[in-house]
Amino acid sequence: MEPLIEARHIVKRFGELVANEVERFEVRTGEVHGLLGENGAGKTTLSKILYGFYQPDAGEIRVGGALVRIATPAQARSLGIGMVFQEFSIVPALSVFENIALFMRALPAVLPRAALERRIAEVADELGMPMALEVPAGALSAGAQQKIEILKQVLAGMRVLILDEPTKVLAPQELTGLFGTLAALRARGYGVVLITHKLREVLEVADRISVMRKGRIVAVQERAAATEAGLLALMFEGRVPLADARGGARSMGGKALELRGVSTDALQQLSLHVREGEILGVAGIAGSGQRELGALIAGSTRPRRGTRLLWGEDASRWSIARIRQSGVAFVPENPLEIACVGELSVAENFTLGERRYRSGLGIDWPRVHADAQAAFARLGFRPPPLNAALRTLSGGNVQRVVMARELGKQPRVIVALYPTRGLDVRSAQAVRDSLRACAAQGAAVLLVSEELEELFELSDRLVVLRQGRLAGEFEPSAFAPEAVGAAMVHVH
Amino acid sequence: MSTDGTFWRAAWIGLAAFTAFGLILGIAGKHPLQAYLDTGAYVLGSLEGFTELFVRMGPLVMAALAVAIPARIGLFNVGGEGQIYMGALFATGAALHLAQAPSWLLLPATIAAGFIGGAIWALIPALMRVAGVANEAITTLLLNYVAPLAVAYQIFGPWRSPESSSYPQSPRLAEAATLPVLPNTRLHAGLLIALACLAVFAYVFHRTRWGLEMRAIGGNRTASQHLGLPVRAYVLLCMALGGGIAGLAGMAEVSAIQGRLVAEVSPGYGYMGFLVAWLAGPSARAIAGMALLFALISSVGDILQITQRVPFAVVNILMAAILFSVLCAGRRR
Repeated sequence: MEPLIEARHIVKRFGELVANEVERFEVRTGEVHGLLGENGAGKTTLSKILYGFYQPDAGEIRVGGALVRIATPAQARSLGIGMVFQEFSIVPALSVFENIALFMRALPAVLPRAALERRIAEVADELGMPMALEVPAGALSAGAQQKIEILKQVLAGMRVLILDEPTKVLAPQELTGLFGTLAALRARGYGVVLITHKLREVLEVADRISVMRKGRIVAVQERAAATEAGLLALMFEGRVPLADARGGARSMGGKALELRGVSTDALQQLSLHVREGEILGVAGIAGSGQRELGALIAGSTRPRRGTRLLWGEDASRWSIARIRQSGVAFVPENPLEIACVGELSVAENFTLGERRYRSGLGIDWPRVHADAQAAFARLGFRPPPLNAALRTLSGGNVQRVVMARELGKQPRVIVALYPTRGLDVRSAQAVRDSLRACAAQGAAVLLVSEELEELFELSDRLVVLRQGRLAGEFEPSAFAPEAVGAAMVHVH
Repeated sequence: MSTDGTFWRAAWIGLAAFTAFGLILGIAGKHPLQAYLDTGAYVLGSLEGFTELFVRMGPLVMAALAVAIPARIGLFNVGGEGQIYMGALFATGAALHLAQAPSWLLLPATIAAGFIGGAIWALIPALMRVAGVANEAITTLLLNYVAPLAVAYQIFGPWRSPESSSYPQSPRLAEAATLPVLPNTRLHAGLLIALACLAVFAYVFHRTRWGLEMRAIGGNRTASQHLGLPVRAYVLLCMALGGGIAGLAGMAEVSAIQGRLVAEVSPGYGYMGFLVAWLAGPSARAIAGMALLFALISSVGDILQITQRVPFAVVNILMAAILFSVLCAGRRR
């Protein structure tokens, strides 16, 4: 049988970067095809080519056996190829029904509402995701919005669905629902491309797995033949990430960072400190004040009450610039929005706010390049082209650039919010290793994470935030998911 | 205009615009070809016409810089016109009140006063923006209507020249307060000031770390703030510099063209400058080229007024035609 879609000899370059060099990629009828690879391996680029978002520099695409040219996403959709992006295209103020109807093709001018609603409900039930149609879509959780996106595609007549990292926005218990929907789609003959860097997911739900590395598809395996170790080796060219190795005991110095009874709009009476050489983990359910804590230490907000101290000195009124100059590094949770400038090159982003690169009226570029290369090397990251505009890099690579810049200046205090979020296994481990190395060299590290395992692995001490207050403090001997989890959600 | 086809692009855009404008003139029963020939003869065939092009290019470059500098950090300065008037007002004030000062001091003081006048007029919206009170695009535009009133107050009142009771204007400025003028023409040193400003802008923006920081702020203001760049200072500085340079244009008009403060300091250079800057983008050469093109358009307007008996305002149609041609061709990135 002809594959639903087939791409051959695809080449795509962005300037000097070869993003894709794919010999063959196909999606068959009734198949969930896992597209696996580390960040920047070219998964998103390939799918955006199939969706008409990018034009390949070479190669051909066949849909149902016929040679096609997909110049725009609209053309892709008319060929039955739909894509669900990481950022959803939901109109928050419209109801679920309206969001879905908006996307359907060839509707009459006056909507046959009752008939449409029946049809939507029918398909939703079939795919195992019943939903209320009258609520505003914006009021729903990310998981529910994702269901709307999938339903939209199916009802608009798509036969091939490309899902770009669909599990990234889901809570663990929502995964089962998504995988059930994928199974239902497969049973009805749809072709699904599941883009991910998580092994567990492809092994659980994919029929076949294509592994990408450096823009190429290096292997296509049936799920039955695939093993976790084998896929890891393919993803990382045989260099499997280091096993976790807990650092030895470190000597800790004085308090590098201290908050005394600090209140802001979102934080209340918060007192905590981090010593030199110590990693303080911060746990909490999302929205408990983690972002505000980061902003407070980085200096973009000031305490309304209480005191912020750096190395024992009252830094409550210090500006962002002064705090950074004093040796505080900050990795925010949304680096592309508040930590770098997409229009500037990687190298230019390294210089922002850094006095040491000044040279006459300009910038000491050789030094910037040398420092950047060294910073990437220390983290074990493959450096991106330093003169490429940052916005051409993948999300994971942007995260790497910001990590490299912040850790590269040998900071004395590090505030890192979700530093491994969105990174593949190996990069995440490299980030953890270097946070530990920084602490070993005497830096004070405040690590906010949503993964308890990560916090347990790294922290010398752990505090729990709940609704902007301190809800518990744990020593390593007391690290247990039950106890910490209870503090996070306040169980008596 | 570099070798990468930019020149030919600009040429095609110009040709399309002039053709469209000619069609409209033709429909209105005028003679576009004759008008263009007349303009060509005036611009290329007479010293006056040729130099007049550069007389107008000066204030257009300065008015464009008034827009372009704040635009690089994402601000909209629509107030070039008002800043030109305030520059003229302050420059006249300095020239009149310091008339007794040594002559070597008078001209620099007049120039500085013009700059300060324009800068103050741009700083008011900048301060409101930094304080989070009002958007600078609105406030700069509104202040355009205030500045001519301030000028009118002075020339109808305190500074009214005793020699001409019928016509409201200030007394003539002292010889030492005027910019050097090329004999037999109206071409004056203001053009040199404009080109110097343009060169400094190009150098700073493309070669220095301040230019890099401006591009960072223009690209992502929030991130720049979080990286500790002095964003507020840049807002104030870029607006003040832009306004100041527009003020220099007003100073040059008063000092070298009119010789005194009059009610109508500028024939809309501030607004034309906005178009020039918007069409040219960040390139200094494009700003110079566009300013020259708009100077030519303004000459076309003069000729049309004389030979075809249409109001000067029809050049607005030509400017619109250019704007549409550029939009159709897609804006250069």
